Amino acid sequence: MNLRITKRGDLPKKQEIIIRIAAVLLSIIFAGLILLVFGLNPVKIFTTIIDGSIGSKIRIQQTIIRAIPLTITALGIIVAFKMKFWNIGAEGQITMGALGATWVALHFSDSLPMPLMLFLMMLAAVFCGGIWAFIPAIFKAKMGTNETIFTLMMNYIAIKFVTYLQYGPWMDPNAGGFPKIAKFPANAVLPSVFGVNIGWIMMIVFTVLVYLFMTFTKKGYEIAVVGESVETARYAGMNISRIVIVAMLISGGMCGVVGMIQASAIEKTLISNIAGGYGFTAIIPAWLSRLNAVSALIICLAFAMLIQGGTYLQVSLGISSAVSSIVQGAILFFVLGSEFFLQYKLSFGKKTKGEVA
Amino acid sequence: MEVFLASCVVAGVPLLFATVGELITQKAGNTNLGVEGMMLMGAVMAYVASVGTMNPYLTVLSAVLAGAAGALIYGVLTISLRANQIVTGLTLTIFGTGFAKFVGQPYLGKAVPAEVTQFFVKRPLPLLSEIPFVGPIFFRQDIFVYLSYILCILVAVYMYKTRIGVNLKAVGENTAAADASGINVTLYKYVHVLLGGAFSGLGGAYLSIVRIPLWQEDVVNGRGWIAVALVIFVAWNPIKAFFGAILFGGLSIMGMRLQVMGVGISQYLFDMIPYLATIIIVVFSTHKKRKESQPPADLSNNYFREER
Repeated sequence: MNLRITKRGDLPKKQEIIIRIAAVLLSIIFAGLILLVFGLNPVKIFTTIIDGSIGSKIRIQQTIIRAIPLTITALGIIVAFKMKFWNIGAEGQITMGALGATWVALHFSDSLPMPLMLFLMMLAAVFCGGIWAFIPAIFKAKMGTNETIFTLMMNYIAIKFVTYLQYGPWMDPNAGGFPKIAKFPANAVLPSVFGVNIGWIMMIVFTVLVYLFMTFTKKGYEIAVVGESVETARYAGMNISRIVIVAMLISGGMCGVVGMIQASAIEKTLISNIAGGYGFTAIIPAWLSRLNAVSALIICLAFAMLIQGGTYLQVSLGISSAVSSIVQGAILFFVLGSEFFLQYKLSFGKKTKGEVA
Repeated sequence: MEVFLASCVVAGVPLLFATVGELITQKAGNTNLGVEGMMLMGAVMAYVASVGTMNPYLTVLSAVLAGAAGALIYGVLTISLRANQIVTGLTLTIFGTGFAKFVGQPYLGKAVPAEVTQFFVKRPLPLLSEIPFVGPIFFRQDIFVYLSYILCILVAVYMYKTRIGVNLKAVGENTAAADASGINVTLYKYVHVLLGGAFSGLGGAYLSIVRIPLWQEDVVNGRGWIAVALVIFVAWNPIKAFFGAILFGGLSIMGMRLQVMGVGISQYLFDMIPYLATIIIVVFSTHKKRKESQPPADLSNNYFREER
């Protein structure tokens, strides 16, 4: 007897969904087993996560506040990943976006009308996040430079640069010697609607825009073609450099907006870890969504529950909030593994001549 | 000067382990971007073992196993289940970071027991340490550093002088041809991916046990990623990796040194140098098309016999 692997044709939608759900369930069981190994009760942990994320109005608001940066970052990542441009520089693009917004907030008059101020901050954020993505993009487009390492190193440079500003030129002289950057004036703070900063409206608008852009526009289609095969794109006469650069400007610009939201609504100033790991975490929902904007929104909401629930876990049971990263990683491991069963069929058959398993 | 160069070696050792590990992995045709995660897993498990057993050997073993366990997840997904290597590696880094935070939380800020740190004190080697200039730099180090020298030489001999090493090269360069010539491709990939993870685990352990012998969550602090870039810089050559790692070790401690010497430029600007240097390396190494400095031809391609 011998295990044979063959490529599947198209799988019925129903079977595909079953495999995917099975993968997620298995991943939760796997995460539960890890928790058991560390002497924790997985049922209690999971119920606490759910209670901590949607158990009350304030907790739901907290969950949405976390979903905003996660979703918009994931949308930015989707645009790059669709092209198989591995932008893992979202963390730095968020940081630079925050830096741009902060520059405007602290240098422009605090008597500017709020909408104008916020608009200028947003422009600066898109510009700075975009630049941070543009630099690796142009090297990739013109010289074929490995973008994974490049975008990643840009993260560290952005964070070190903000640290430098925080301890140096931008240090608030009124902070009593503490290395802090000044708080934003009131007209530079994003207002709230239903108890959550208006980033949630942007989150929904961006989701729709990215969905429409990727599905119905020529540029969106070109990005997908480049991702499928650079050869095909070249053969079809597409300007690949241009597509790479435009897509990365969009990707980095959106991450920049995240920086503006976090600086303006959450911290009300600039800190070196303003991106708070969202740039990396967002890679998981982006990939789980199969690079679809609408699915990404839904998955990001679920992930925001995990993150918020993890924080609650820390507060209520004193268990490290890192539990949620472990669960997130486990889910993606299993979903990545399940792709195999969607594409290939396992069967047991007699060993044929000349074949080695 | 010698003192500074000796500390460059110390700063370079974790990079050396991780770089050599990733180099072996890539020679088998797999890019594992989970180095940072595996280093953290090694760092935290070595730390936990040091506290739990107070035995330096078990501490090192624990790091090896933890790194290899991380690599095993990556291996099953990319080799057997043919998942995307880039995304799987990234996920491993996220998972490993969470794992280290979670496991290490009760130990935050606590020191490695003296029984273990005693074992890793500087031990000058007889004769060798007396060599002018070279001796004080390379041979007045701790056992862990000597281990890195030995492993580095062993890997070089293994890659260039043994039959298995030649086969390994074939797997990375042309997987289908290697398979056709009777090499067990799957086995080769698994062994070298796991070996790579074990090396990364050792690199992490050096950081948490010797370099900064108390537990802190950001011990690895991007070194795993620098190692991935160093593999390109050293053109997949373990001997060059030795010097590359020391060079980058030096760059990473320069900011603090210059600050101490009273240079009037912010330390945080100097801290950018290793990352900037990495970018410059990546740009130039992809630009020049020298034959011997190219990646294995089948790197990052998952192999599926039925599709060839």
